Amino acid sequence: MKLLTLNFLTCARKQCKSTAAAFPLHPKEAELEQVEIDVNPLFIKNMLPRLDWEAMKVLTQELGLPNLPAETPAAEELANEDGEPSQTLKDLHILLMETSIATGKLACGNCGHEYAVKEGIANFLLPSHMV
Amino acid sequence: MSRPEDTLPPDLFYNDAESRKYTTSSRIRSIQASMTNRALELLDLKGPSFILDLGCGSGLSGEILTNTEEIDGGPHTWIGMDISSSMLAEALQRDVEGDMLLADIGQGVPFRPGAFDAAISISAIQWLCNAESTSDEDAPDRRLKRFFDTLYASLKRGGRAVCQFYPKNDAQRSMISSAAIKAGFGAGILEDDPGTKNVKLYLVLTIGGGDVTGTVDGLRDVDVFDARRKDKSRKGMVPADRLKGSKAWILRKKAQAEGKGKVVKNSSRYTGRKRKVAF
Repeated sequence: MKLLTLNFLTCARKQCKSTAAAFPLHPKEAELEQVEIDVNPLFIKNMLPRLDWEAMKVLTQELGLPNLPAETPAAEELANEDGEPSQTLKDLHILLMETSIATGKLACGNCGHEYAVKEGIANFLLPSHMV
Repeated sequence: MSRPEDTLPPDLFYNDAESRKYTTSSRIRSIQASMTNRALELLDLKGPSFILDLGCGSGLSGEILTNTEEIDGGPHTWIGMDISSSMLAEALQRDVEGDMLLADIGQGVPFRPGAFDAAISISAIQWLCNAESTSDEDAPDRRLKRFFDTLYASLKRGGRAVCQFYPKNDAQRSMISSAAIKAGFGAGILEDDPGTKNVKLYLVLTIGGGDVTGTVDGLRDVDVFDARRKDKSRKGMVPADRLKGSKAWILRKKAQAEGKGKVVKNSSRYTGRKRKVAF
């Protein structure tokens, strides 16, 4: 479960859907792993305006990762003068695409329900009374 | 051979053995691949995109998204949802790049608004029409509504979803398309090989503005049947002799009866005259 995904995933319950506390989900007992994925500069550029940077900071803090800059990087920072991917872009790539939660739990800040993560897959099946 | 959807709920039907069979069958893989490519064509993505794969299974379509060439606008990053843990286990074995959720799409799509550029679904959403499942709460209508409502929210403005599906009959087909329309999507169905045994249906959904029939503008060999009702503003304009009870109608009826040989009184300026209401 990449950190990119966690920047978009919310609690599935109807009652939580529109609440602010249901996003982002909070990792608990999380074991991280590093995955190798080719850099895709166009994709990162596409996603940049959509990222919730505040949620990203909360996530990295909770996972014990190094602190992020206060503001989202600007689109200009993604490429060097010669058009090559900048260090900022490479760092973003490693953070979003290559850092992944292999095992652990994701807790909703609103209802407290915890979704289990095993082998990188999060279990979002809800018993019918919780839907 | 009965439909899989008529035998068991999807999480039970796609057990380990069935999932393995499905994933390794070259026939299934080639059909799934061609349907995924067709869906990608319909999605018309402008560049590497963030895509939601609904009913991702063992990642057959996901792999195609990951391996889309740069010249075709790829490679794409995807998140998959599937209800069968056996299918997801197959996907893990094949080391797919997309993140996956073990989830029931009928319970909703759990992402914040405007998350995805597009959504794709191959051979999955007809499973939502089944009434039976492990829980007793599900009415197909409720699940379809929850699915389409939350899918709509999770897509960005201008986003598209293409769902290839196998409706059991016309009733299921309408059930699905009307649920999509009620959620606010512009919706149309593309039929490949219509009328044949191999007919494939693609539900093409657009968000925000624009005629959905525009999605097939660039494609060859596609006829557009517009089933929407034409403008009904001509309602009042009807020939005088069709308006029941009018003098012209009475005269027409008298002429008809005369033609049949019946006895008809002569017509005069009093025929069909408005009488004063006596009571």
